[in-house]
Amino acid sequence: MGVAEATTTPTFDAERVRGDFPILRQQVHGHPLVYLDNANTTQKPQAVIDAVSDYYASDNANIHRATHLLSERSTRAYERSRVLLQRFINARDSHEVILTRGCTDGINLVAQSWGRTHLKPGDEVLISWMEHHSNIVPWQLVCEQTGATLRAVPIDERGELRMDEFERLLTDRTRLVSIIHVSNALGTITPVAEIVGKAHAAGAVTLIDGAQAAAHVPVDVQAIDADFYAFSGHKMFGPTGTGVLYGKAALLDRMPPYQGGGDMIASVTFEKTTYNSLPYKFEAGTPNIAGVVGFGAAVDYLNGMDREAARAHEDRVLAYATELVAKVPGLRIIGQARAKTSVLSFVMDGIHPHDIGTVLDNEGVAIRTGQHCAQPVMDRYGIGSTARASLAFYNTTADVEALVRALHKARELLG
Amino acid sequence: MSDLRELYQEVILDHNRRPRNFRRLDCPDRTCEGFNPLCGDRLTLFLEMDGDRIREVTFEGTGCAISRASASLMTDALKGKTVDEVNALFDRFHQLLTSDPGAAPDTTGLGKLAVFAGVREHPSRIKCATLSWHTLRAAVAGGQTRVSTE
Repeated sequence: MGVAEATTTPTFDAERVRGDFPILRQQVHGHPLVYLDNANTTQKPQAVIDAVSDYYASDNANIHRATHLLSERSTRAYERSRVLLQRFINARDSHEVILTRGCTDGINLVAQSWGRTHLKPGDEVLISWMEHHSNIVPWQLVCEQTGATLRAVPIDERGELRMDEFERLLTDRTRLVSIIHVSNALGTITPVAEIVGKAHAAGAVTLIDGAQAAAHVPVDVQAIDADFYAFSGHKMFGPTGTGVLYGKAALLDRMPPYQGGGDMIASVTFEKTTYNSLPYKFEAGTPNIAGVVGFGAAVDYLNGMDREAARAHEDRVLAYATELVAKVPGLRIIGQARAKTSVLSFVMDGIHPHDIGTVLDNEGVAIRTGQHCAQPVMDRYGIGSTARASLAFYNTTADVEALVRALHKARELLG
Repeated sequence: MSDLRELYQEVILDHNRRPRNFRRLDCPDRTCEGFNPLCGDRLTLFLEMDGDRIREVTFEGTGCAISRASASLMTDALKGKTVDEVNALFDRFHQLLTSDPGAAPDTTGLGKLAVFAGVREHPSRIKCATLSWHTLRAAVAGGQTRVSTE
């Protein structure tokens, strides 16, 4: 794939979109910033920054609990974000959208609220080797608490889920299946609808970790039919400390609260407390209101663009990066799934990823190096860590070329 | 790339490519494993003691150029030193790494270890340079067989 092809998308103008992200206009170590750490966190468009700032400048008040105008405006803005997010993932009802601190928070909510009340010795929770630590450790904790057993589906050399192994490990003991939608370490897109269908047929409840998916692939929770779907605001151009746990109302209704506090109750006496209805039962305490308002602004921003064209652009840049990076001497790409998005993990002979990261940073190129909170993936490939370049739609072929130039410098200096 | 040459000095690159004392000991008096969960780096130190004195020290493991070179140069520097001398050397080394990068580095008594002065400019790499030292301290103190930077 050539440069020209990758930059002439008729309906998506990456250069214009870059103008929406003020942080990208800076120099780093004397070079223009090339931000390729989007799987870690994405940058924020001016519209999101303004929404957070305007909220504090004009509307700041606590929600759901005061009779004054500011509180009304604040509540309205907060609930507007919920509805935007409901539509973004095509949930049936906005009360199925629990606003959380992030994807990790949502998974822990399910592990503790659903897991602790449903799991018992002999039961199994099924995850995969590709999971982020946030979709491993919460299950280890609840398995310790309940006596249930955690099992993991292996992945093949390309970084694809072994569906034959999934079917073998999915038994009548499996109570819950929790699988990543897009691997943050490898970029693999997993067949979530198929996984959910098979899990349901086996009588298991399903959770999909969508942290790395939400900004890169369309998410339709009704089409996927997952019982729970968790994701984060900060990986889809919104503020940190925000996230969504989608859950089917029938399940959420029967689950006990995760945390106790204000806003999650209907009535409190020392004898008996009754809980608020969905979604508030799971939203104890004053939430990150400004963050949620900014999260809504991020959804507005995404709704304002041709997302399919943005995705096509991003896929072309990934294909271009894959082609160019593979030509760097002694470089090996980790994760070559057929269905893949936004992530390019690699190792270089004789150069440790941490050193690659330092050389690249010195050239203005920001990537992540390390285990990407996915140590089992590293163990699977027998490596300690990788260097990872990860894309958003504001990345261009010029960014890829800067990356490749910097990789050659790393080879020159450290090879 | 001139400032990166400050970090990746020739001595460091050489010790990264050809680490000294990079082997296990058959009958070590003490061993300790050091782990940096952020990088995935791990190294194992092997020590032979002669009373309070380090007779032999070697290492094995994987790590970045800074952590490998640091372990290599450290093992070279420690042979024949007493535990008190080792602790004093580590304190000076640590002070060097965490000192103000704007000021001239104080490399008194550090010998070849002074090549790590460039790490001061890269705070995220200090743990790489000190992993082997933290592991060593745990090994000479005895008891602990595994340390982590986090």
